[in-house]
Amino acid sequence: MALTTIGSSSDTAIQGRVAEALEGDTDVKGRLFEAALIACLLVSLAVLALLVGKVLGDGLPVFADRGADFLDGSLSSQPDRAGISQAIIGSFWIATSVVVIALPLGVGAAIYLEEYAPRNRLTAFIEINTRNLAGVPSIVYGLLGLAIFVEYFDGFSGNQGVNRRTLAAAGLTLAALVLPVIIITTQEAIRAVPQALREGAYGVGATRWEVIRSQVLPYAAPGILTGALLSIARAVGEAAPLIVLGAVTGLLGGGTGLSASSLLDPSSLTERFTALPITVATWAKRPEQEFNVDDAAAAIVAMLVFVLLVNSIAIVLRNRFERKRSA
Amino acid sequence: MTEPVAPATTAASPRSTTATAPAPVPRTAAAGLSTGAPDPSQLPVVFEVRDLSVYYGSFRAVRDVDLDVRQHEITAFIGPSGCGKTTMLRCFNRMNDLIPGAHPEGTLNYHGVALYGPKVDPVEVRRRIGMVFQKPNPFPKSIYDNVAYGPRLLGTKKRADVDAVIEESLTKAALWDEVKDRLKESAMGLSGGQQQRLCIARAVATKPEVLLMDEPCSALDPIATARIEDLMQEIKTEFTIVIVTHNMQQAARVSDATAFYSTDVNPESDRRTGVLVEFDRTETIFSNPSDERTENYITGRFG
Repeated sequence: MALTTIGSSSDTAIQGRVAEALEGDTDVKGRLFEAALIACLLVSLAVLALLVGKVLGDGLPVFADRGADFLDGSLSSQPDRAGISQAIIGSFWIATSVVVIALPLGVGAAIYLEEYAPRNRLTAFIEINTRNLAGVPSIVYGLLGLAIFVEYFDGFSGNQGVNRRTLAAAGLTLAALVLPVIIITTQEAIRAVPQALREGAYGVGATRWEVIRSQVLPYAAPGILTGALLSIARAVGEAAPLIVLGAVTGLLGGGTGLSASSLLDPSSLTERFTALPITVATWAKRPEQEFNVDDAAAAIVAMLVFVLLVNSIAIVLRNRFERKRSA
Repeated sequence: MTEPVAPATTAASPRSTTATAPAPVPRTAAAGLSTGAPDPSQLPVVFEVRDLSVYYGSFRAVRDVDLDVRQHEITAFIGPSGCGKTTMLRCFNRMNDLIPGAHPEGTLNYHGVALYGPKVDPVEVRRRIGMVFQKPNPFPKSIYDNVAYGPRLLGTKKRADVDAVIEESLTKAALWDEVKDRLKESAMGLSGGQQQRLCIARAVATKPEVLLMDEPCSALDPIATARIEDLMQEIKTEFTIVIVTHNMQQAARVSDATAFYSTDVNPESDRRTGVLVEFDRTETIFSNPSDERTENYITGRFG
């Protein structure tokens, strides 16, 4: 356009040829690829939306009809009386075990492996096996928990027989299950800390401990938190090891409703237990539609809320650390 | 500080490792012409390096290093990539300890004390011998906290004391006027040249005796480079500076003594080992080098 105004008549011919030569459509494959990627995203989102929509559609009426009664109720054979208070207490303590036991152990082990351990065959062997452990099917951890925490330690309860299948054994089993994942994600987070940052701190005379505390851990914190969050979500959602450990699926005595005191009462640790995914599985197997559709969906909604709550706490913390890192 | 080095000064005049070394008497006339500097042979020796090799595991990365770093001088290490300049520099504050398998063999004394002696704590070494790195590496914290990091480690806790160190260090690094109103802002928001000056301020905040600078201007534009070169001239009255540089003009402009390194290819393993070719006053290296390899390098015929 601008060219034509300054071009003479002979230039116009050249311009035409250039314009012709520059025309084209070379990136056809690229656009096909992009379309395929969008299709992948849409399919994934559609599946997710379908699942959440179905669960909410079936589950929310239960909350609307029964409200707090559903949260407060105990396991029951009657769908209109059954509730998830015991399941929430079980899942709460399982999540707590992960935070209290697996998180410090895993982060500590990872810091040692990355910052202190010599690079030799032994540490290489340990690293390979941490990765292998992270891939072991969860039901195997259930067997481990049964053999060690239930059979050998009597579920840390002094109980006899079936009553050794305690919440403490379940919490420890799931803590052991997620431990390798926490170690690996923490290692990755520590490895992502720029060496230049460490050198800068060492360069002004920081000790190894000071470098780790003031530079490495703050920088790695968002990654460590992400790993911890995924681990908690996984532990709360696991059903298979709990089935092996003998989570209660029928009637569980001692239901005292859902309150701050019943939730935080540590004596539930030495008693038999159930958990949200177990309750969902149990109810889904029942013949009554009120159980297998409505109550199961409502329990799933509770589990999702629980996981989303943990997620949002972790995201808030992570954003705070990341702001610190870049701001 | 001057007594222990007195015996060393006679043996430690600038010299070359080649057999055809020039007279070990420094060219005081030339030095006097350019800067009016004192006779360098009178300045105390800070680092005494004799027959030093540095290994990474069994691989010898640098060999045959003999040189003296003198107080309040700027000593430049020049040479092509892979010749071991940085490796040598990182021995001076034991930064190589962070690399598994890295170890020196030979004599490396700091005021007469073996730096790699069994009782020497590398943390104490680094508190006296500061370092500025090739790429500016400010901490992801505020400008204030970057400079305060070292002094706080060393026990300066009172707010007023820390404030004083911050202002003094940033002033020395010629950054105070630019940042004094935004000390609480993140250091990551500074330009590259400002970040590097911040790193210099961070290094001088612990009041080290020596500043090691590993290609401090290689990531900077010419204006920022000029500022840092001026800065080096200003602070050398207080610090002893060793600088690694790829920029020969920079070495010629700023340094008092220059060490030229080159590489030898081992015919058996085909691996390269750095070697100190020549060490002398900077004027001599750039006007009248005694080794042909030095001359080829500085005239641009090689490297």
